[in-house]
Amino acid sequence: MSEVHAELRYTREHEWLRQESDGSVTIGITDHAQAALGELVYVELPEPGTQYANNEACAVVESVKAASDVYAPLAGEITAVNPALADTPELVNSSPYAEGWVLTLRPDDPGVLATMMDAAAYQQFVAELED
Amino acid sequence: MPFIPHTEADIAAMLETIGVADLDELFDEIPPALRCGELERIPEALSEAGISRLMQTRARVDGEPLCFLGAGAYDHYVPAAVWDIATRGEFYSAYTPYQAEASQGTLQVIYEFQTMLASLTGLDVANASLYDGATAFAEACLMAVRANRKTRSRRVLVPRTLSPLYKTVVRSIVEGQGIELVELPMLDGVSDVGALQQLGGEGEAFAAVAIQHPSFLGTLEDVDALVDWAHAQDALVIGLVNPMALAVLRPPGEWGATGADIACGEGQPMGVPVSSGGPYFGFLTCRQDIVRQMPGRIVGRTVDLDGTPGFTLTLQAREQHIRRSRATSNICTNQGLVATAATIYMALMGAAGLREVAGSCNANLYALVDALCALPGIRRAFSAPCFHESVLLLDRPVAPVLDALSRHGVLGGYDLSRDYPELGNALLVCATETRTAEDIAFYAGLAGELFEAAA
Repeated sequence: MSEVHAELRYTREHEWLRQESDGSVTIGITDHAQAALGELVYVELPEPGTQYANNEACAVVESVKAASDVYAPLAGEITAVNPALADTPELVNSSPYAEGWVLTLRPDDPGVLATMMDAAAYQQFVAELED
Repeated sequence: MPFIPHTEADIAAMLETIGVADLDELFDEIPPALRCGELERIPEALSEAGISRLMQTRARVDGEPLCFLGAGAYDHYVPAAVWDIATRGEFYSAYTPYQAEASQGTLQVIYEFQTMLASLTGLDVANASLYDGATAFAEACLMAVRANRKTRSRRVLVPRTLSPLYKTVVRSIVEGQGIELVELPMLDGVSDVGALQQLGGEGEAFAAVAIQHPSFLGTLEDVDALVDWAHAQDALVIGLVNPMALAVLRPPGEWGATGADIACGEGQPMGVPVSSGGPYFGFLTCRQDIVRQMPGRIVGRTVDLDGTPGFTLTLQAREQHIRRSRATSNICTNQGLVATAATIYMALMGAAGLREVAGSCNANLYALVDALCALPGIRRAFSAPCFHESVLLLDRPVAPVLDALSRHGVLGGYDLSRDYPELGNALLVCATETRTAEDIAFYAGLAGELFEAAA
């Protein structure tokens, strides 16, 4: 069973979101997603300052066996990307919810976050997939 | 490889197995209005003896003209060893094999090919070849648009001095993807660097700036100024180059303060005969940091579990069989056999040999230009230096002159008046290392007689 964190919100694309005190949202991929992808060899990150629409591909995680898009879970502007991933993309595997964060985004509509899946809902979603 | 066709009995057995009456029934979901019907203009099939005779007859019509025509395909000498080796059974396949790593020799040839092209263009990585020069340039434009996430623009600045044939191909491939090609005007046969001032303003960013060097008109571009301007605008730079010229010119990776980001071109000058337009091959090289946007196969060198060196397909996550619709390209073909021939050619010639060929081309071009411009009614169009092609202006229409020359066995050059009407009676001439002083004297003598007779 993969790990989930109670304080986070989740998407059906297996991304997690964390509300930060400055209004931005930190985004990464879930433990389930990193396990399914296998060892990551590269993360392609967007330029900070770029605006993305909801569900627009904004990053790519590439493992030894696949490459998957990371979709902007909310419309907004990229405020930061994780600089450590350039040289150590495997942080996403070893620490998906902390050191392996992917980017931060300032959402156009901060209210949307509260409508997204919480940990229990995501856990159920993953359990159904694994059945 | 044996050719094993289906027999009527095979086809009948297969149809029966799936419960279909005849072949046409397999296509009956296509509405009749969309079917092409009988192909009335396609003649009946010929026997092997018949087709052989037809091709020989056609080849005789071509004759063996003295070639001063370039414009994208170049008549270089191909040493006999090149195709003797390339057509050996070990190499004689158009494709990278399935289960590629089982064919270490094939992968090593591709790896050597990549190394040579990366070295010639002064960039970090090369792919295993593409279809031809024009499609390689189109892929370079698509790649630049994907790779440039600073401007996020879908506009590419292409020079007026770009091959008109390439322009047509690139437009077909990129415009359907919403990419706009903007033309940089030319002045005196080279890209007008002064015109850059009017470009790239607010909201007018470019994903890339393309430079053809030497240009389609044979001239050497001010590559340093163009690269520095492009990079100041956060645009990537695509260098469209002739690999033979790179034996004597500064490689794209060293243009300007920071170098071009992508180089591409037609590989035909490297050991591939001019033959009715193909098969040729394209090449594509780039800086390491944008390699994940490069289309096509890449062979890498590695070590296996026992520490033994070996070759492997690498970065396959960019490719269509893994990334599906988000792959870097949906054109998977490389030109394995032709690229193999080019690898053998480059290995045979070596760096010194290529420099010698390129130097002879350049010397022969200037000898040709001097001989022709000594005639009244012919002069050089531009003052810019050239590699092995140059534009001449005639005092009369070009087409009848070329017709008359060809009746005497001389391919006199490429008539520019349709693609560049602003130049007037302009003729693009070319001389490679295969043209001797006698050949040049013959062309000039013939042109002199024709001009005098008509005067």
